[in-house]
Amino acid sequence: MAETIALEVARYRPEQETEPMYEHFEVPFRKDWVVLDALNYIKDKLDGSLSYRWSCRMGVCGSCGMMVNGEPKLTCATFLSHYIPGPVRIEPLRYFPVVRDLVIEMTDFMVKLKSVKPWIIREDQKPLAEGEFLQTPEQLDSYKQFSMCINCLLCYAACPVYGLDQHFIGPAAIALAQRYNMDSRDQGANERLDILSQHEGIWGCTFVGECTKACPKNVDPAGAIQQYKLKATKEWFKDFLMPWRMK
Amino acid sequence: MAKRSNEPFLWSLFSSGGTVAAFLIPVLLFLYCLAFPLGWLEAPSYQRTRALVSHPLARLVLFVVCSLPLFHWAHRFRFTLYDGLQIKHLNEVIIVFCYGGAVVGTVLAGYLLWNLS
Amino acid sequence: MKDRPVYTEYHPRWYRARVSTYWWTRQWKYVKFILRELSSLSVAYFVVLTLLQLRALGGGPISYGAFQEWLKTPLAIALNIISFFFVLFHATTWFNLAPSAMPLRVRGKRLPDWVIIGPNYIAWLATSAVVAWLILRG
Repeated sequence: MAETIALEVARYRPEQETEPMYEHFEVPFRKDWVVLDALNYIKDKLDGSLSYRWSCRMGVCGSCGMMVNGEPKLTCATFLSHYIPGPVRIEPLRYFPVVRDLVIEMTDFMVKLKSVKPWIIREDQKPLAEGEFLQTPEQLDSYKQFSMCINCLLCYAACPVYGLDQHFIGPAAIALAQRYNMDSRDQGANERLDILSQHEGIWGCTFVGECTKACPKNVDPAGAIQQYKLKATKEWFKDFLMPWRMK
Repeated sequence: MAKRSNEPFLWSLFSSGGTVAAFLIPVLLFLYCLAFPLGWLEAPSYQRTRALVSHPLARLVLFVVCSLPLFHWAHRFRFTLYDGLQIKHLNEVIIVFCYGGAVVGTVLAGYLLWNLS
Repeated sequence: MKDRPVYTEYHPRWYRARVSTYWWTRQWKYVKFILRELSSLSVAYFVVLTLLQLRALGGGPISYGAFQEWLKTPLAIALNIISFFFVLFHATTWFNLAPSAMPLRVRGKRLPDWVIIGPNYIAWLATSAVVAWLILRG
C-alpha cells in the first residue's frame, strides 16, 4: 500500500501569471480518501492559498465539480484509490472561464438556466382555498429523473458543443426545462418552446452523449434533449400545417 | 413571440434519413458493392435488374433511399464541420454545399428513376 | 442563417482557454464520436454510387456491365469494404441511441432500453432479409 500519492493541481493566480500552471503535491494516501480530502489536506497542511469550491462533501450540492485526469468529476465522490499509483491531475471545470486556481465562473450557465424559465408557469393561478395540486405517481415519474439535477456543471464540462458554441443552452438547462415541461402542474411549455427552439438553443446538440455519462445523478440530459428535439419538431410541423394555431 | 427557427424541419430530414439509411443501406451495400462484385452471390442479370427497378414501388423506395440519407449526411456533416473543424464562420458556404448537394442528389435521383420506367 | 453576435464581457483577469481544433483527438470517446459522425460520409458515398449505378442501368447493358466491372476493381472493393463497416457503425449506433429519444412508458414506468433496441434490430434483420430475397429470387 502506497504511503503517498502525487497530485498535479492546476494553479492560476491572475496577479502572478497570465496562464495556468501545474503544481506538484504529495498527499498521504488513505484508502477511504476522496480527491476532495486530498485538496483539503493541501489547503490545511501544504499550501493555504489553494482556492476551490466545496460544500456538502456528499454529492448533493454540486459545488465541487472539477476535471480529474481529464474527466469531469465531483471531487467528493471520486476516490483516490481509483488513481493509484497516480499522479492525479486536477484542473478546473472545462469550458468555463477560470477565476482563480480551481474556481470557475458560472454566470453563463446561470443566465442560460434562467432563460428557460425553470419554474412552474400557470396561465391561471389556482386559489389557495382549492387546495394543493394532486399528482399521481405516474405523473411524477414522467419528470422525476430530470428533477434530480444538482447543477454541478459536469455535463457542461463534458459537452464539446458547449465549449465550441456560445449560444448553446447546454445539457442541464435543457433537462431542467424538460423537467418543467413534463410536470403536470405546468402550463408553460409553449413559452419555453420559444427560447429553446431558437437557432442555437438546442439545435447545436449533436448527441455526443458525454453529458449523460458525466452526470453523477443519472439525470440523462442527452435523453432530455433528444426528447425535446422530437417534441419541438412535432410542434414545428403542427404550426406549419395549421398556421392559424399561432396566436 | 420570438421567431422560431426552421431547424426542426432540417432535423426531421436528418432523423428520417438516418432511419432509412440504418434500415436499408447495409443490405443494399453488402449485396451490390461486395457480394455481387466479389462473386459471393450471383448478381442478377441486366434484364432482371431493369425489371426489378422498373416496378413503381421499387422506384419509390429507391428514390427515398437516395434522397433522405443525403439530407441525413447534409445535416450531420454540417455540424461535424462546425464542431470538428470549427469553421462555423463559413456557415453560409457550408449550408449551400451540404443542403444544396442533397437537393441536387434528390433531383438527379428523381430524374434517373423517372427515366427507368 | 446569420449568427447573433456574441459579446464577451471584459474580465481581463479571468482565464479563458481556447478550444483547440484538435479537441476531438485528445480523448478516445471523442474520436469515436467523430467517427460516428463521419459515417454519414459513407452513407452519402453509397447514394452517389447508387445514382451512378442507376445512370449506368439506364444507359443499357453495356454501360451497366462497365459499371459492374468498375465495382470489381481493387479501389472500388477497398472503398466499399470501408464504407460497409462505417454503414454498419451508423446503423448500430443509431439503433442503440433510439431509446434515449423515444422512451416508452407503460403505466408510468419507463421500459428498459433493450425493449426498444431489440425490436429495432429484429426489424432491421427482417427488412434486410426481405430486400435480399426480393433481389436474389430468380
